[in-house]
Amino acid sequence: MIPVAFDYRRASSARHALELLTEHGDEAKLIAGGHSLVPLMKFRLATPSVLVDIGRLDDLSYVRESGGHLRIGALTRHFDVEHDPLVASQCGLLAEAASKVGDPQVRHRGTIGGSAAHGDPASDIPSALIALRATMVISGLDGDREVQADDFFIGFLETAVSETELLTEIRIPKVPDAGWSFQKFNRRAQDWAIVGASVLVDGDDVGIGLVNMDNRPVRASSVEDAVRAGADAAAASAHAADDRDAPSDLNANAEFRAHLARVLVRRGLEAAGRS
Amino acid sequence: MQVDVKVNGAPESHDVEPRTLLVHYLRDHCGLTGTNVGCDSSSCGACTVHLDGEAVKSCTIFAVQVDGRSVTTIEGMAAADGTMHPMQEAFHTNHGLQCGYCTPGMVMAATSLLEEIPDATEAQVREGLEGNLCRCTGYHNIVKSVLACAKGSEK
Ligand SMILES: Cc1cc2nc3c(=O)[nH]c(=O)nc-3n(C[C@H](O)[C@H](O)[C@H](O)COP(=O)(O)OP(=O)(O)OC[C@H]3O[C@@H](n4cnc5c(N)ncnc54)[C@H](O)[C@@H]3O)c2cc1C
Ligand code: FES
Ligand code: FES
Repeated sequence: MIPVAFDYRRASSARHALELLTEHGDEAKLIAGGHSLVPLMKFRLATPSVLVDIGRLDDLSYVRESGGHLRIGALTRHFDVEHDPLVASQCGLLAEAASKVGDPQVRHRGTIGGSAAHGDPASDIPSALIALRATMVISGLDGDREVQADDFFIGFLETAVSETELLTEIRIPKVPDAGWSFQKFNRRAQDWAIVGASVLVDGDDVGIGLVNMDNRPVRASSVEDAVRAGADAAAASAHAADDRDAPSDLNANAEFRAHLARVLVRRGLEAAGRS
Repeated sequence: MQVDVKVNGAPESHDVEPRTLLVHYLRDHCGLTGTNVGCDSSSCGACTVHLDGEAVKSCTIFAVQVDGRSVTTIEGMAAADGTMHPMQEAFHTNHGLQCGYCTPGMVMAATSLLEEIPDATEAQVREGLEGNLCRCTGYHNIVKSVLACAKGSEK
């Protein structure tokens, strides 16, 4: 399958990428690892006329400690997140989610920033970012702004990043002592989640992000409220599909997805130490 | 666009369209047809090559994206004198292939896997090859071949 022809521009810096985006407007699309975009282009579901390659911006690939947070560059690959010792010790949930993305070949190319900016409800990483209460740093030619993960995922394949902006960094509160669990239900190795859940239990607080339970990555707020009010895992997880508009497709209808969400959230809460 | 890639240690330079996929650059422009296209949709791993030593799916990368970098294909695995790479040898010895269509990708994925986990267990080999599909062998002898190359295995 051959994509529609396009012009290729390689960005030499984040600023250069922003200038190219401003110059070409909605004709242009960023490419990071390309592991969501290239398949879409091959199916001609995406037909950008200019590709701005940010894949060489090595200065946006890093994991750093900064006070109570980890700062992760948007171009950090799933493979690097999976194997980073700081991520493992300070927010193990994210390392685990990264290790479950696709297969090793995909993880050698795909990036955390691409996974977030793509805004796919079926993607694993956003659920962990929601559970961990990440802050997303979005850069434009006029400077940076910060958006909470909850306000970042707006709709189907739609995020708070505008056409002339770049997601540059993801900041995650360190939770070295928290319990966590990443639950992914699929039928075959390598497959996307039919439903998934990222669960973080930090003392009395809890954070839960859901995969494939709505038109965007979402928080299981009703479950979190129930846990905070003292409900046990079984009672709280009964709310996992409350107010959700889960998709129906060949893998599962909405009703089955709701069932899976309740089961996975209960398992996640128990595995994270909240029974 | 002129795209320069070091392929199996030798410099290649070809004028290709930006939309040229790496797998087509290798097959049609470099004449290296050992890398197969199976699904053409990022799932089967038949097109797996090494990019700077790591397994990637060459049907899901534009050649321009790897301009200036190093790629190894199945043709680059044997020594100059034709001696097979230990992983190729292991597939041969353990009957790790039937039709052979998936084999180049399997060998490239397996060598990358053992680079990262030299003493991989059976479970790690099975999981590590999840991006590669084989329609013939049932995987048993593929896993056996890879384990024969893992550190600590009895040769
Ligand atoms: C076979 C296969 C299996 C997969 N399985 C899974 C899975 O199980 N779970 C899962 O979560 N994902 C899966 N993925 C997707 C994978 O995680 C992708 O790597 C990821 O979704 C996108 O990251 P990328 O760097 O490749 O982004 P790209 O494809 O380069 O970009 C994706 C989108 O985000 C935009 N973008 C990228 N970076 C930025 C940025 N820094 N700022 C603003 N916009 C940006 C692009 O313009 C594009 O619209 C799979 C992919 C494949 C090919
Ligand atoms: S041909 Fe590339 S993954 Fe199947
Ligand atoms: S040997 Fe035929 S597909 Fe693997």
